[in-house]
Amino acid sequence: MTQASTAAADAVTTTGTTVRYEHIDKSFGNTPVLHDIVLEAPGGTTTCIIGPSGSGKSTLLRCTNLLEIPTAGRIFIGDEAITDKGADVDRIRTRVGMVFQNFHLFPHHTVLDNVTLAQQQVLGVSRDEAVETARANLAAVGLAAYENRRPSQLSGGQQQRVAIARSLAMNPEVMLFDEATSALDPELVKGVLAVMRDLASRGMTMIVVTHEMRFAREVAEQVVFLDQGRLVEAAHPTEFFESPRSDRLRSFLDEVL
Amino acid sequence: MDGLKQIWDTFFDLDLIGSTLPTLLKEGLLNTLFLTVLASAIGLVVGIFLASGLMSRFRVLRLPCRWYVDILRGLPHILSIYLIGQGLPLAGLTMFGNWTYGYAALAIGLMEGAYMAEIFRSGFQSVDKGIVEASRSLGMSHTKTMRLIVIPIGFRRVLPALTGQFILVIKSTALVYLLGLAAGQREMFAIAQDTSTNNASLSPLVAAGLFYLAITVPLTYVVNRWDKRMREGRPAAPTAPAAVRTEEALV
Repeated sequence: MTQASTAAADAVTTTGTTVRYEHIDKSFGNTPVLHDIVLEAPGGTTTCIIGPSGSGKSTLLRCTNLLEIPTAGRIFIGDEAITDKGADVDRIRTRVGMVFQNFHLFPHHTVLDNVTLAQQQVLGVSRDEAVETARANLAAVGLAAYENRRPSQLSGGQQQRVAIARSLAMNPEVMLFDEATSALDPELVKGVLAVMRDLASRGMTMIVVTHEMRFAREVAEQVVFLDQGRLVEAAHPTEFFESPRSDRLRSFLDEVL
Repeated sequence: MDGLKQIWDTFFDLDLIGSTLPTLLKEGLLNTLFLTVLASAIGLVVGIFLASGLMSRFRVLRLPCRWYVDILRGLPHILSIYLIGQGLPLAGLTMFGNWTYGYAALAIGLMEGAYMAEIFRSGFQSVDKGIVEASRSLGMSHTKTMRLIVIPIGFRRVLPALTGQFILVIKSTALVYLLGLAAGQREMFAIAQDTSTNNASLSPLVAAGLFYLAITVPLTYVVNRWDKRMREGRPAAPTAPAAVRTEEALV
């Protein structure tokens, strides 16, 4: 990964875009999923969101690129209120990359074309430029030699790294990770986390829903605990893991650590 | 033994089969293939549009497509051919002039489109919602996601079912005789039927059957090979940008 990391420096330009959640509510029908979430993910830092399943972590993340629309409240990417009426959803999504639990690569395209497609179709860059950007990003995740493969010919870990490269090629200001390593075999988790660490160290604003407590402890500047749709605690990892304030977080940490 | 001989004489009169083959080959085969390709092309386009309509969020789009599919799949093919092939000219819509094939291809195509619509719909709806979300997350619009992601993936998935439908189209082309054929316009089945009537033997139809098999069996085989290769992906190619271009052209 070390060689890859150097190459990656060219592939990603870092910005310090802050994400702010102001009193977010979200319900599905009559089922409340998120309640009054107030949170700031400061530009250039990594925020990890943890919590039991069904706590609303993924929903909060999905609100951040408008895959879900909050029932109430506002979300800001930098200065732009993305939840306001008339917001250009497709353009906003180019500012916010998202990586999914199950990769969701385009199975009918090669690795290279997975990474070039949206560049050409959305950003309107030329084929040559898109290929160049794609190759730099594939190199950054250590997959330069795989550009002509099909997703089905890759391991889960490799697929997830392609998915990360695909997002990064859009030059996003913020990256969202929705349990990006949960579907992977244990021996493949490391490679993906290494890419994420690398990205964090270069100052990408990242919001990471994860079960990887070690990653949260070592990489995050802020760790957030959601439970039953409420934000229970948000703190620096040292404080979060060493001296949790709430009983609910204490018992959750007892169970997972 | 008498029965066997009768069966043999009726269906497998080798002399008669042999004398029918050249006409089938020269006149019928080309006409059948031409009509099949034309009707299928119409069916594919109509089918994709109908499928998109069937999946629409808007009732005003969804309902007419639903009716179209239900009615054209429900009517006997012969009636549909008459309704479209003779009804259009009678209604003054003589866009093909006296060219029977135009009306026949349109009639068969519109009919097949109804069947293909359901095949496409099932294919498009089988595309993982997560892949659609991934595409949308990259900033691709709903339309681009349909065109570049959902339709190509769905299309590949329904290839075997489409082949079955294509085979039905090949056989449906026999119905063109309903609209009346000029000299040189007969497709395989019409030729076989004429020869059959003239010689009081069913052997010419068997000859035509052999031709149908000669088209459909290899076709099924080729499509299954293609399908299998797409499912498993092709063997890892050496790094060659040319290969990437070919892929792009396919989509």
